[in-house]
Amino acid sequence: MPQPVEYIARITDNYAKLGYKAYQWVKSTDAPPWTPLRKPLSQCRLGLVASGGIYATGQVAFHFKDDVSFRAIATTVKTSDLRTAHFAYDQTDARKDPNVVFPIDTLRRLVKEGVLGSLAENFFTFMGGIYSSRRVVEELVPRITESLLAEKVDVALLVPV
Amino acid sequence: MCHQSVGLIARQVEAAGISTLCMGSALDILKAGKPPRAAFLDYPLGHTTGKPNQPELQREILIQALEGFTSLTVPGSIKMLPFRWDDEDWKRTAMMDGDTRVTRYDTPQYQTEEDRIRAEASAAACGKEC
Repeated sequence: MPQPVEYIARITDNYAKLGYKAYQWVKSTDAPPWTPLRKPLSQCRLGLVASGGIYATGQVAFHFKDDVSFRAIATTVKTSDLRTAHFAYDQTDARKDPNVVFPIDTLRRLVKEGVLGSLAENFFTFMGGIYSSRRVVEELVPRITESLLAEKVDVALLVPV
Repeated sequence: MCHQSVGLIARQVEAAGISTLCMGSALDILKAGKPPRAAFLDYPLGHTTGKPNQPELQREILIQALEGFTSLTVPGSIKMLPFRWDDEDWKRTAMMDGDTRVTRYDTPQYQTEEDRIRAEASAAACGKEC
């Protein structure tokens, strides 16, 4: 059985080879918070948060230096208007088909098929390669949480890269 | 760090009363962040929700991942999705080429020059009207 890649070990090695000090990964040991699903998915309004650096043409793209901003992308967006700006993954396939990191067409289809109730008006995207976990917690997390609450979603799907 | 950032968001959003599910392709980083619910897809980074231009596969992946909203009942558990990349060769080289140190530009990195022009035009229009 092929094993999953050990990214933390490999990234730690890369940093050591470059002479950078070791990155302090966030390790959560306590039990995560829990909100039970209150109704079937077919009646739920779904929000999406994706960290692959997706923006729609006309919006300001992400930069690469601890960018803690995020974009609201209308769920009626034309898929061909979607772009990516990210430094930490190979964007070739995402630029061919954004659905590999931002499953917009897939989710719209699942609503049509009745698997999901509805989608939020906007999905939220950011560039997840943010070194400062402190800035993520203090600046990004509260604003994304507020935005999801304002969208009145029942469930949120999170898609990192 | 993407997976880490998303894990941090998931915990806070869940605490605010919204059920969350994190997808992910870096199992160790997902485990470290311990989000409430997760679904692991063993694909190379950059394909968290499937392969390009394969809508049927993308649909199947999302259906199985979303099923985790109902089947995962223990906080912090991860559903292992059964999909495999064509071969496992990518695993030998993933993240092994060292950090190529793309300059961490602090200005917007547009995919195309046209995007830059459009964004600057809408910012200028907003400056006048907003």
